Amino acid sequence: MQQSNGYIITFSVILTVVLGLLLSGTSQLLGPIQKKAVELDTKKQILGAVLESSELSAMKAEEILEFYDNRISSKVVDYEGNEIEKDEDGNEIIAENVDVAKNYKLAPEKRKYPVFIFHQEGNEDDAEAIIVQLYGAGLWDEIWGFLALDTDLNTIEGVTFGHKGETPGLGARITEGSVQNRYQGKKIFDDSGEFRSVDMQKGEGKDYSGEDHKVDGLSGATITANGVNAMLENYLKAYKSYFEKRQKS
Amino acid sequence: MSTETAEVKETKVSEALFSKRRKKLISDPLIDDNPITIQVLGICSALAVTTQMQPTLVMAISVIFVMVMANLTISLLRNTIPSRVRIIVQLAVVASLVTLVNEILKAFAYDMYKELSVFVGLIITNCIVMGRLEAFALGNKPYDSVLDGFGSALGYSWIILAVAFFRELLGSGSVFGVEIYDGISSLFGGEFSLATNGLMVSPVGAFIILGLIIWVQRTKTGYVEH
Repeated sequence: MQQSNGYIITFSVILTVVLGLLLSGTSQLLGPIQKKAVELDTKKQILGAVLESSELSAMKAEEILEFYDNRISSKVVDYEGNEIEKDEDGNEIIAENVDVAKNYKLAPEKRKYPVFIFHQEGNEDDAEAIIVQLYGAGLWDEIWGFLALDTDLNTIEGVTFGHKGETPGLGARITEGSVQNRYQGKKIFDDSGEFRSVDMQKGEGKDYSGEDHKVDGLSGATITANGVNAMLENYLKAYKSYFEKRQKS
Repeated sequence: MSTETAEVKETKVSEALFSKRRKKLISDPLIDDNPITIQVLGICSALAVTTQMQPTLVMAISVIFVMVMANLTISLLRNTIPSRVRIIVQLAVVASLVTLVNEILKAFAYDMYKELSVFVGLIITNCIVMGRLEAFALGNKPYDSVLDGFGSALGYSWIILAVAFFRELLGSGSVFGVEIYDGISSLFGGEFSLATNGLMVSPVGAFIILGLIIWVQRTKTGYVEH
């Protein structure tokens, strides 16, 4: 009986339905918690550009969310640097929800660029840093990050990088605080106001403290470093018009 | 993968909860019949996840959960599963459990999820899981199957944890993220610093450590492959 086609088909159908129900039920149940975890993670990364990682890890989840609400205001700009509030369908755009990976597939002129302004508590005009989003390709998969600029819109206050599949111990080191701190104090424009970006160099262990546009590299991870360089250059260039507009006002 | 199902002699009425036979189900895979070092299964994940202790521990717990639950489920269904589609049935059960683990990690340990989700997905293809289902759970009672799954998963876990210990210590100079090398050099007034070995961070390092563990074990037990 157990070998008949009818039995096998019935068994398979029941198994599929039971497992399907189990999985979709779990997904429904855990969905809201997962959404919160993703949101917390994004906000952590954004704050990571302006806070030391030790400060951040000492904070509880609710504290991070509260700190974020009090200190960060966000908006979305286009390539020309104009603020956009509604998308093509007339829906409100929320900077935290902009899917950078999706936008990356569009031409740079058509992308939406979120801006996060780190300000004094209770006074949104008293900005301390401007945080912009970065995205690009590493060696194996996507890499992303947030970069905080001082109010002179030139000096880098801090960066955070993330990656999906860089080699542990090599390219994956871009997520380490000691690597990200190398960017602090570097400048993205030179003295004549020309855009220069900041380049991670090949090789590791040299002192670039006197150089405004160079940081020490990652030994054994040159391709990831190149990806980081390209990401910084592409996205900072795209935010350039916004920086200029902000400087004027 | 063997298609023969090891039949353990059915015992009558009440057998002690941890009788000698049942203890052996757990203890055998730890050393004498270790899935990694003797059967040489599950090598792929043993190489991939073992750069650091913490993700390895999460991986070990996930594998234990999946193996115990899969063995239990298959053993409960063993008399109803049509033998012609049994592999697919096993695969469906394992895949569902793995997805479950992944979803739970995503909800409650998002940082771990980011790091491990690729490898957790690969538990599905871990030969140890399917191997135990085929070789044991299909022919044995649920409780014995649970013990068998637990034992095999434990045998897998301690090996990957041992590999991870040496790889993290020698490759990153730390254990569970605690900086050991920095501590040692500051103990001696920071006069020297210990260099970490980059090779240990790459999968090659895992091969070497695993090879050494297998060598040591086989020298001691005198095991020879037939």
